[in-house]
Amino acid sequence: METAVFIVCAAIVLAGALGVVLARNPVHAALSLVGTLFGMAVLFLNLEAHFLAAVQIIVYAGAIVVLFLFVIMLLGVDRLEDLSVEPITGQRTLAILAGLGTFGLAVAFLATSDIGLVGHTKVLTLDITDQYSNLHQIADVLFTDYVYAFEATAALLTISVVGAVVMSRRMARSDEAQESAGDD
Amino acid sequence: MTAALGPSVFGLDPLYDGGVGLAEVLITLLKVGVAFAVLLVAVMLMIWFERKLISDMQNRIGPNLAGPFGIFQTLADGIKLFFKEDLIPEQSDRLVFKLAPYLSLVPAFLVFAVVPVGGDFNGGDGRVSLFGHETFLQVSDPPVGILLVLAMSSVAVYGVMLAGWSSGSKYPLLASVRASAQMVSYEAALGLSLAAVLLKSGSLSTNQIVFEQSVWNWNLWVTWVVPMVIFLIAATAELNRPPFDLVEAEQELVGGFHTEYSSIRFALFYLAEFMNTITMSAIVVTLFLGGPNGPDFTTVGWLSGLLWFFIKLMLFLFAFVWLRATLPRFRYDQLMDLGWKLLIPLSLGWLLVLASYDVAGDRGWNRAAAVIVMLAIMAALAGLLALALRAARQRRELDPQGGFA
Repeated sequence: METAVFIVCAAIVLAGALGVVLARNPVHAALSLVGTLFGMAVLFLNLEAHFLAAVQIIVYAGAIVVLFLFVIMLLGVDRLEDLSVEPITGQRTLAILAGLGTFGLAVAFLATSDIGLVGHTKVLTLDITDQYSNLHQIADVLFTDYVYAFEATAALLTISVVGAVVMSRRMARSDEAQESAGDD
Repeated sequence: MTAALGPSVFGLDPLYDGGVGLAEVLITLLKVGVAFAVLLVAVMLMIWFERKLISDMQNRIGPNLAGPFGIFQTLADGIKLFFKEDLIPEQSDRLVFKLAPYLSLVPAFLVFAVVPVGGDFNGGDGRVSLFGHETFLQVSDPPVGILLVLAMSSVAVYGVMLAGWSSGSKYPLLASVRASAQMVSYEAALGLSLAAVLLKSGSLSTNQIVFEQSVWNWNLWVTWVVPMVIFLIAATAELNRPPFDLVEAEQELVGGFHTEYSSIRFALFYLAEFMNTITMSAIVVTLFLGGPNGPDFTTVGWLSGLLWFFIKLMLFLFAFVWLRATLPRFRYDQLMDLGWKLLIPLSLGWLLVLASYDVAGDRGWNRAAAVIVMLAIMAALAGLLALALRAARQRRELDPQGGFA
């Protein structure tokens, strides 16, 4: 049963990932990404990581891809792109090389390590102690062992939000100065 | 077959404690079927109820021809919509155009699955006996419970957004971007006010949340009223209901899906909208008013829970219609100001006040003093923020052409 769920979800995840790369319409690519994220969420459920599954949907599918879509729609790049032009010379060759290199590294790592490609001989994460709710367990670890990393990430995100607001604000005001329309 | 999967995959329902056989599968299917049918009929009655009530409030008669008191008006409208021509615009993205209504409808259905609609919480933990099997009166009780509600309300944004985009015209696109911006903004306030409930209940499971509120520990007063007010306002905005219904304002009717959708696809959006009203009311009842909690006034154990749930649900459905009949519509900037500058800071602050109360209790400090100190800090911060906003505004007025810094 677990294996069956894994096979179906892995197929969805891979199909979504291929869709992101191959779809010629950016909105379709973003929707394929949503498919991938949903497949990942079910894979998390399969591992009894319920909280991660829910957060995957709420944060990634519900917020991040929605923001992608906002940007795509508002910038008006939601039409078929001309793929015959390469914006940066040699971009595609380099991308293919880098992709193959990363794939080779991953395979080499899995082949040489003791984790094993099939059947997990070694578990790298903590055991799930409370099988009905892993929220408590995550919260315990997050707010004791990793509290500094957690707070540092929060500070980083806040700073980037403030920075983004300041930068976009400044651009808006200089536009306004050109049009000499004072009220907003 | 299920030995490989842990018990928690199926949620916390005692139905699955003894393994999953044919009887369990049939009972689950029955629950799904009943929930589906009840929700559809409830939507039909809700539309009729809303039209009838609002016409009473506006001193007119309302639907009165189809069936007794016009109760079948919605059914007639549905059949009419079904037989209308199904138009797909030439410029549209056909696949997404067909997909969007379902992205609105399916989340609306799924949210209802985690709502405990009945059960005996007077001493019991909500179990009822169904064909000799112990179970909860809800389709499913997943361990993430209430997070499913948040997840589904964020998925519902896709329906609105893609409906506007795939119409292939700029007015639906603008309207749908506006609508989804509204939904995304208010989702934050919705989630944060919910955190207060989770802090007090200590569990995400909806059954557990209701159980913690039995018999009279309703979260409405356990969390000191404010989170429920925030949740209700945010929910109204999330539902695009008046006074937050700019998306479908009559003066500027370019609502995302209103422009190009017709026939059954339009009906699906319409259905989803009213279904969301019902499920959101059910969620408010579950979170803040103790769900099916209430004194047992019948002799049959399971009946009073259902009746209490229905009474509380009707209270909110009436309130939603009442709001529509009473309040004028918000302007878009007012809507965004209310969400981002008032509701989100307030719900965050309230969460801290509640937490300080709990921490003071754990540490043996004076609880009242802790809360007063927290409130004083909040007030000071709010004052500073107001001061900064005023200074920035004055500066803008003095030098409207100036830079931001």
